[in-house]
Amino acid sequence: MGKLPIRARAATTLGGAAGRMSRLAGRGDGSVIGGVIGLRVEPGLLSLLAADRQIVLVTGTNGKTTTTRLISSALSATGQEVASNAFGANMEAGLVAALGQAPEAPYAVLEVDEKYIPAVLRATHARVVTLLNLSRDQMDRAAEIWLVARRWREAFEAAPDCRVVANADDPLIAWAASGAHHVTWVAAGQRWHEDSWCCPRCGSHLRRDDLGWRCGECEFSRPMARWVLDGSSVIDSSGQVTELALALPGRANRSNAVMALAVAEVFGVSPAEALQKMRSVTSVAGRYTQVQRNGRNVRLLLAKNPAGWLEAFDVLDPAPVPVLLSVNAQVPDGRDTSWLWDVDYRVVRDRPVLVSGERGLDLAVRLEADGVGFELVGGIDDAVSRVSPGGTLDVIANYTAFQQIRTAVGRAA
Amino acid sequence: MTSMGPADWDSGRRDRGHRDPGRRDAGDRSRAPASGRRGAHARGPADLRLVWVYPDLLSTYGDRGNLLVLERRARLRGIGVEAISVNSDQPVPRQGDIYLLGGGEDLPQVLAVRRLRTDGGLAAAAAQGSVVLAVCAGYQLIGSEFGGEEGQPVAGLEILDIRSSRGERRAVGEILADVDPALGLPRLTGFENHQGVTQIGPGARPLSRVLTGVGNGNGTEGAYAGRVLGTYLHGPALVRNPGLADLLLSWAVGALPPVDPEYETWTTRFRDQRLAAVPV
Repeated sequence: MGKLPIRARAATTLGGAAGRMSRLAGRGDGSVIGGVIGLRVEPGLLSLLAADRQIVLVTGTNGKTTTTRLISSALSATGQEVASNAFGANMEAGLVAALGQAPEAPYAVLEVDEKYIPAVLRATHARVVTLLNLSRDQMDRAAEIWLVARRWREAFEAAPDCRVVANADDPLIAWAASGAHHVTWVAAGQRWHEDSWCCPRCGSHLRRDDLGWRCGECEFSRPMARWVLDGSSVIDSSGQVTELALALPGRANRSNAVMALAVAEVFGVSPAEALQKMRSVTSVAGRYTQVQRNGRNVRLLLAKNPAGWLEAFDVLDPAPVPVLLSVNAQVPDGRDTSWLWDVDYRVVRDRPVLVSGERGLDLAVRLEADGVGFELVGGIDDAVSRVSPGGTLDVIANYTAFQQIRTAVGRAA
Repeated sequence: MTSMGPADWDSGRRDRGHRDPGRRDAGDRSRAPASGRRGAHARGPADLRLVWVYPDLLSTYGDRGNLLVLERRARLRGIGVEAISVNSDQPVPRQGDIYLLGGGEDLPQVLAVRRLRTDGGLAAAAAQGSVVLAVCAGYQLIGSEFGGEEGQPVAGLEILDIRSSRGERRAVGEILADVDPALGLPRLTGFENHQGVTQIGPGARPLSRVLTGVGNGNGTEGAYAGRVLGTYLHGPALVRNPGLADLLLSWAVGALPPVDPEYETWTTRFRDQRLAAVPV
């Protein structure tokens, strides 16, 4: 921090004070307001704060916050401090706040919104960019995903020192990453195929088999991976098989963990050291949290888009544990609920389904079309009251619906 | 009336349902839309054949919703349904009753129109009187021309007499529109997300007049001619507009009995909420 120019130092100090005030006033975790104020004083603050640090950027449609947390945990095995925007504030102000709050940390792991990757890569000279997956998400305001991938490609071509750690099983990710000068390929899996039926390079229909995907026309195909997720284990670059044994549930998190192991390797952290730290992560920014509410056990899952819902269904408790589905359509959620029709809800036919949220009626007609019985409820407490005392309720909600429920059951969750 | 055999129909991938082996004839396609192509009696288990065209390229905004709503509303009338999805590497069968085209990004839209022109199945089916519902990118590509990924003019399929181009800014948001009184439908509600401007030629009519939103860009929304109908109401447009779904079904199979109100409860509540949420 001592080497920061005076204006940058003033900017971080002011920003830090604002963040503390915001937390004291109970207006959230204070991770954005400080950055906003700091950037007003010094617009080049992100570059200045990033200088001389080893920076990892994490992006993709789903799993950013969790993977950021897993990589941070893994890098803590170095014994060094790791700066991170752990609460998912993933635009410039959030990144500035995270770096400003840990001025001495030699490492930073930063979750970055998909469309900001080119600008943030230029500003931070990140050593590693982690690419998880790309699928349809909030299309009323986000760019079309093929365009996002093309901009990434161009950014990587212009960053010769950057290593990209990329999910080889996602064709659009593979196409974006193949523009980079250094790539670590990870076979992290892809369950959601609906946005990658066509070759990102030439547009022809992609063929899929046990070995991955291949374009019948231009021969673009899944790269050979150095790391492989195999069921509940990882096969590392030396061929050794290690059980992941995470505390976090689900296939999506095993995939996130393998990506994190590949990033950790870049910094000399072995899979064994990294996993020891990663296994202690039990919830991430409220996700996967279990809380007690009026004598019932409530488990919170976030799902913001069709691919995310697919992964959330994967970690539901077995039937007949009831599930509450809650959907809003505020600006952060996307104002358009069309995506509900891209989710196959037939998988929850086997259990009691409760529905809430500002767009609960959108969900109601969706479930009806899939032949899923359901009950419309007023909110989380109404839902909890329909579960027998001592019982469990799973909750899947999209972004603002999740935040509302999390606030209702207590910020501590 | 059609000469295409069942093998052609069989070439697509089946989603749900099964084909009625007894059916060999697509029926009289020359009748006017109001009376439908067949009588409302003696329906077999697969009396309505729905073809979802190129979901691998054109299904960006929950387009499956239109397929599911047509299926549901047909079955509620006791009409057997067979639905298939045809990907862009498969031939489009010519004996479908209703063809659905959805929304897509710019590049897939250009690929889709190239393949559909080479394939010829969709245009042939439309010429024979099959029903076509085309949404968003699908709407543009059944016209004579539309704006490609760099805004360049791309030739369309010329199934509907419309011509589209790239507009100045993207139209994103809720849309309300009053339907051409000739169709006898209640107000349309939907969501649009496109950058197209569409002009309607003498061979087609505007589907509706915009109350809120952008639509075609000249105060109208969508277009139709015969049994072909296109709209910028994207994704699951029929979910909010069951009347439009029933219109398409009646074009395919003739007059329909009303749906038991018990099965309309959620649709009505949802539709009313969306209509009330948007200022006129």
